[in-house]
Amino acid sequence: MTLPPLAAPRPDSADLLRVPAWSAWSFLLKTLAIVAMDLRKLRRDPTELLTRAIQPALWLMVFGQVFTHARAIPTGYLPYQDFMTPGILAQSVLFIAIFYGIAVIWERDLGIVHKLLVTPTPRTALVLGKGLSAGCRALSQAFIIYFLAWLLGVKLDWRPQAVAGVLIVVVLGAALFSTFSLIIACVVKTRERFMGIGQVLTMPLFFASNAIYPLAMMPWWLRAIAWGNPLTYEVDALRTMMLVNGVSEFGLTVDFLVLVGTTGILTGVGAWFYPRLAQ
Amino acid sequence: MSDNLLPTESNPAGLPENRAPAAAEPAWIIETHSLTKRFHHLTAVDGLTLAVSEGQVFGLLGPNGAGKTTLMKMLVTLLPPTSGTAIVAGYDLLGQPALVRRSIGYVPQLLSADGMLTGYENLLLFAQLYDLPRKDRAARIDQALASAGLQDAARRLVNTYSGGMIRRLEVVAAMLHRPPVLFLDEPTVGLDPVARHAIWRQIKGLVAEHGTTVVITTHLMEEADALCDRIAIMNAGRVCALGSVDELKAGMQVPGATLDDVFSHYSGAPTKTGEQFRDIATTRRSAARLG
Repeated sequence: MTLPPLAAPRPDSADLLRVPAWSAWSFLLKTLAIVAMDLRKLRRDPTELLTRAIQPALWLMVFGQVFTHARAIPTGYLPYQDFMTPGILAQSVLFIAIFYGIAVIWERDLGIVHKLLVTPTPRTALVLGKGLSAGCRALSQAFIIYFLAWLLGVKLDWRPQAVAGVLIVVVLGAALFSTFSLIIACVVKTRERFMGIGQVLTMPLFFASNAIYPLAMMPWWLRAIAWGNPLTYEVDALRTMMLVNGVSEFGLTVDFLVLVGTTGILTGVGAWFYPRLAQ
Repeated sequence: MSDNLLPTESNPAGLPENRAPAAAEPAWIIETHSLTKRFHHLTAVDGLTLAVSEGQVFGLLGPNGAGKTTLMKMLVTLLPPTSGTAIVAGYDLLGQPALVRRSIGYVPQLLSADGMLTGYENLLLFAQLYDLPRKDRAARIDQALASAGLQDAARRLVNTYSGGMIRRLEVVAAMLHRPPVLFLDEPTVGLDPVARHAIWRQIKGLVAEHGTTVVITTHLMEEADALCDRIAIMNAGRVCALGSVDELKAGMQVPGATLDDVFSHYSGAPTKTGEQFRDIATTRRSAARLG
């Protein structure tokens, strides 16, 4: 079939069809725009943050106290309470992040995802923005656990660079697992299916890591799984920086490389899957 | 035009065909070329070839499941076509999706402004995502709020808005970057008549002020009558009638035919009461008699 040639784009719209000169800058601005809107929403409804504090409190106060007295888990020169504190921080960050997909599915059901996808925003910026906002939500867990640990007399490293390092790892860890969660959400698309899968995933990720017992205690097969689990590296980095006597098992460089690398890969995969939510 | 539009055997009423426009007519701003979408065994949009000229309000009508929303989701780059392609605002849907996205606004069927943000914040987010220069943002957002009549509600959370207010906000949000084409998927569904008329005024205002081409799906014949310069009636993934409201009515060859009659005739379902249905029966008989 033949159609007449198209008209040129309308002159009055031409200014808005301009692609920003520095697209990396635009990418960053759009990512931050997504994060900023999410934080505004969080500020309006902070109840979530309070309810999220209960579970780590139970782990630290009950499980931690009992096992510290039992001395059942060999943690070398660290008291068990100290050893598990970074693990519980990593765990509560994981629990927040892994259910982030529910929010993603909610936004899909509302049609918000559709509108975001129709804007000229790189999919990577949308996914990274979501990941980083989950990261910022998770920061509240760091404050809660620092407070509880201080009450319990854990020897915490209060140097600013150590605390800053911990906060960065918390954001990274939450971004990593929330992006993983987003990918699952894009595949299953319904809340019911997602809840089932979320429940199935959290406990294995938690137990197949060094969060509440050292790798050395594990049977070889579990240790092999734990080495492939990004949570292990998150816990290692947190344990190194959060505690006065923390010593890294893999080295902070390896920990950061694993966390940044995995987040990057998952963001790429997520950006590929995200448009499927609207289909 | 291609054969897959308006096959003569399914066009007994002799409706005007979708011919290539005469030179005097404005150029196409949207063209689809054998656009097809299949979901497993279901063909939602079936080899659709269609053109929309610039500055028109183009209505997509049809019964539920006719493929209107699927067609629209393909045109706004949400859904990849199974085969075929389209040109939207001069850009290829498959090859230049990012440029297509810069040139369109889209309001989905659901009221989907973010309820946990204020009206202002909803607009700010879209201003940022559309790369509006920082210095123009505030002015553009204020102007948008004013044109939607939402200045007073700008700092309120959207979940305190009425349906009509949310829809007006969504329309101005989709127009914030002044796209040449605006897609509206059933924009007045679930709104009361007053809110509906407000949306109609808003759409007419956009067309008058910016020359925007509007593609709108609707189930309301009244809405199509009030807004659309040109209408395509879809059924089972194909366009079975195309023309201006008057052309379609005239094509029924029944004095006083309404758009309801046209719709019923092509979708095979009465839209309202038995009265219309009798009209259709008369129409069909006369169409048969006239060959």
